[in-house]
Amino acid sequence: MAISFTLNGKAQSVDVSPDMPLLWVLRDTLNMTGTKFGCGMALCGACTVHINGEATRSCITAISSVAGKKVTTIEGLSADGSHPVQQAWMEEDVPQCGYCQSGQIMSAVALLTKKPSPTDADIDDAMSGNICRCGTYQRIRKAIHRAASIKGGKAKSAV
Amino acid sequence: MANASVVNRRDFLKKSAAGGAALVIGFHLTGGAFAQDAAQQEKKPPNPFDAWVRITPDNRATLILGKSEMGQGIMTALPMILAEELCLDWKNVKIEQAPTNPKIYDHGTGGSGSVAGSWLPLRRAGAAAREMLVTAAAQKWEVSPDTCKAENGQVVHGHPQRYLSYGELVEAASKLPIPNLNTVPLKNSDDFTVVGRDTRRFEGRDKATGAAKFGIDSRVPGMLFAVVARCPVFGGKVASFDATKTKAVPGVRDVIQFETSGRGASTTGGIAVLADNSWAAMQGRKALEVKWEEGPAANESTAELHKQFLANAAKPGKVVRNDGDADSVLGSSPKKIEAAYELPFAPHACMEPMNCTVQIRPDGAEAWVPTQAPQWAQGVIAEAAKLPAEKVIVHTTLMGGGFGRRYQADFVMEAAQVAAKSAGKPVMVLWTREDDMQHGFYRPASYHKLQGALDANGNLAAWKHFQTSTSIAAKWSPKGEDDPGLGEFGTGATIPYATSNIRIEYTLAHSSVPRAWWRSVEHSSSGFVVESFIDELAAAVGQDPLAFRVKLIGVDRKIPQFGEERADYHPLDTARLKGVLQLAAEKAGWGKPLPRGQGRGIATFYSFQSYTAAVAEASVKDGAIKVHRLVYAVDCGRPINPEGVRAQVESAAIYGLSAALHDAITISGGRVEQSNFNDYQMPRMSETPKTEVHVVMSKEEPTGIGEPGLPVVVPAVCNAIFAATGKRIRRLPLRSEDLA
Repeated sequence: MAISFTLNGKAQSVDVSPDMPLLWVLRDTLNMTGTKFGCGMALCGACTVHINGEATRSCITAISSVAGKKVTTIEGLSADGSHPVQQAWMEEDVPQCGYCQSGQIMSAVALLTKKPSPTDADIDDAMSGNICRCGTYQRIRKAIHRAASIKGGKAKSAV
Repeated sequence: MANASVVNRRDFLKKSAAGGAALVIGFHLTGGAFAQDAAQQEKKPPNPFDAWVRITPDNRATLILGKSEMGQGIMTALPMILAEELCLDWKNVKIEQAPTNPKIYDHGTGGSGSVAGSWLPLRRAGAAAREMLVTAAAQKWEVSPDTCKAENGQVVHGHPQRYLSYGELVEAASKLPIPNLNTVPLKNSDDFTVVGRDTRRFEGRDKATGAAKFGIDSRVPGMLFAVVARCPVFGGKVASFDATKTKAVPGVRDVIQFETSGRGASTTGGIAVLADNSWAAMQGRKALEVKWEEGPAANESTAELHKQFLANAAKPGKVVRNDGDADSVLGSSPKKIEAAYELPFAPHACMEPMNCTVQIRPDGAEAWVPTQAPQWAQGVIAEAAKLPAEKVIVHTTLMGGGFGRRYQADFVMEAAQVAAKSAGKPVMVLWTREDDMQHGFYRPASYHKLQGALDANGNLAAWKHFQTSTSIAAKWSPKGEDDPGLGEFGTGATIPYATSNIRIEYTLAHSSVPRAWWRSVEHSSSGFVVESFIDELAAAVGQDPLAFRVKLIGVDRKIPQFGEERADYHPLDTARLKGVLQLAAEKAGWGKPLPRGQGRGIATFYSFQSYTAAVAEASVKDGAIKVHRLVYAVDCGRPINPEGVRAQVESAAIYGLSAALHDAITISGGRVEQSNFNDYQMPRMSETPKTEVHVVMSKEEPTGIGEPGLPVVVPAVCNAIFAATGKRIRRLPLRSEDLA
């Protein structure tokens, strides 16, 4: 039975097993590979997407529960990498291997939507579910502060 | 261009033909070179070239990269070297991943050696191409080449200046003779404008937009996704299985039993469940009923290994190094210190789980592999496919972490065996996190007994280091026994602290747990042990840990690394070591007061020909440790991309702490007890100390930096804990009872 939802602003319908996690629908059914598989148990955050604006681990989110909702993935943040968080990520040269960064960025975007000027403690809280094996945390923190400035009009993007 | 598009050689030649003439400079480490148009090049027999430069009429320069990008920044640093000598406009530099051809490329990416090994060859290649372009311009203008100059992707001449772009010159330049690579004039380093400048990583945009393609993102028409059921006990095999329920899972297409063997095999094989998507394959595997023949390793445990360590340590080991007479000095010394240290198995835990996509047809094979060793992958697939290696195209993809894990070929071998039995269909064998955690190659577990004697002046009279470990060498020797021991010490057998009496002993501990290179390899344990023990010696004589180290390092001298036979391996320069030690101390404010409850610790180490020192500030509260600040100083010779160097050191610090702060890989019943990030915790944002990295702007030849940041972090933190609490941490990971 087809399941319909909104994906990055467009209507999307998939005919898959209803218990199939959104992660695998995105990656294997729709070939949208920007969202990553890391642990399969909502422990690492690599698979983070937004569902109705909330940062959500797609690896444990059954596709049936997404019906009628709005899903945003890393590919949907901007067409050209111009989202302030993506800009900040480039400016702080955050990624190393880069594998976890889609999830990090999606968590950071959700944080900044709720708290436009987060403190370090807010960042620790919001980002604690995202593991980076390359240890880019310090740069992620700086990039989130920078994105807050770009969004707040206090800094211009230089990329 | 931000994406590292993968082109094979045939595509490249086609593209070149379509784009007109191309100047191709190839070079080999021994210095042979040629340049000619691409069509002619194709007719030549394969040459042992190491990398390629291509300049096209659109004025773009492309480095065809034989090395693999796993986050260490090689896609940025290597093009920077090339762009410097070739006087390129950085905006016009492109990268393409080389096709796998070990006859031409030196592919293996490891040992923190890519920049060090490519520095001169890339400079020479760039300089040769620059000379040819200048000559071509001079001939066109009918002037002396000495009056022309290359800059920003063009050749300029005269007043008022006239210009010809490289793109305009490439056809003529490609017909000129190649300068001798050994004598081609290289740029004066004072004129460098690219090398030494902070540069953002090449593929950063793709990694911020989700466009970057890792191995796991490989998509091939008609592909199937597979997961493999493996015996949980190392070395165990399938006794029998029933796939009836598996085949009833929607989306499951096939179930294939396979075996692996030979060099590179780690698991014995298993049962692959092939499906339309990864999820269905995982569901199919859950439904599989398997009986395992667990084999002789089923009794192994971490507790038993610890007993083996203690038994080994009670007896003398094989003598690895013996200068003077450490035993008798230790026997008669009035000030003798002894301590034992223990380190556990550690997993690589790359964020991208192992995976490999292979398609085998009767006439050839193609594979998409996130690998540090594409040449090994190619050989393994060729063997499984019963094809000559040149019929196997390996696309090296971006890697979601490598750290040594992806130098292995086990995950390639499994995929190749499954693909060989899947009737020509492309198959991705995907590892789940549990597979990755439980079937890895781990940093060896080791136990060390250190003894030191101090004379009346507080000098080091004798140093003795006994180690027993589940060595890497034994894992890779056919009999599992052939272990010289030295390899398990690395530069730990060449301490910089002056003494006339040094004795190093080693005893192999037996284990079925696979071991291999884990970021910084043996230096991760040697750094912890040597730099913890030297701190204990300083405390024993009541001296400041920094002053004690500086005093013991002593006069400026160069110490050849013990047992290192490579002629081009730089000896340990004690002046440079003291340099980083004092720089880190100065930047950290060594000796200045800290908030109550905090302590400061220091450590220094020489590895991969680079020098690092770190000062840590830490405190312990309610049995939990907090690292507040890390201050690093590193000297890796001339930094190509200082920002990249800083990033690597920041990364190595967190990686090192990951094997010290929380969990270990432990064994029970011959199997790994941990399975995912719930029972193997890794450092997270809230645990990240404020980290500063001070890079020495050296003019020495560049050396490694992917790994050298690691060995100092754990001893610096543990020494800080001692300063804060008086407790010595001698076993890892940290346990609350050791902090109490």
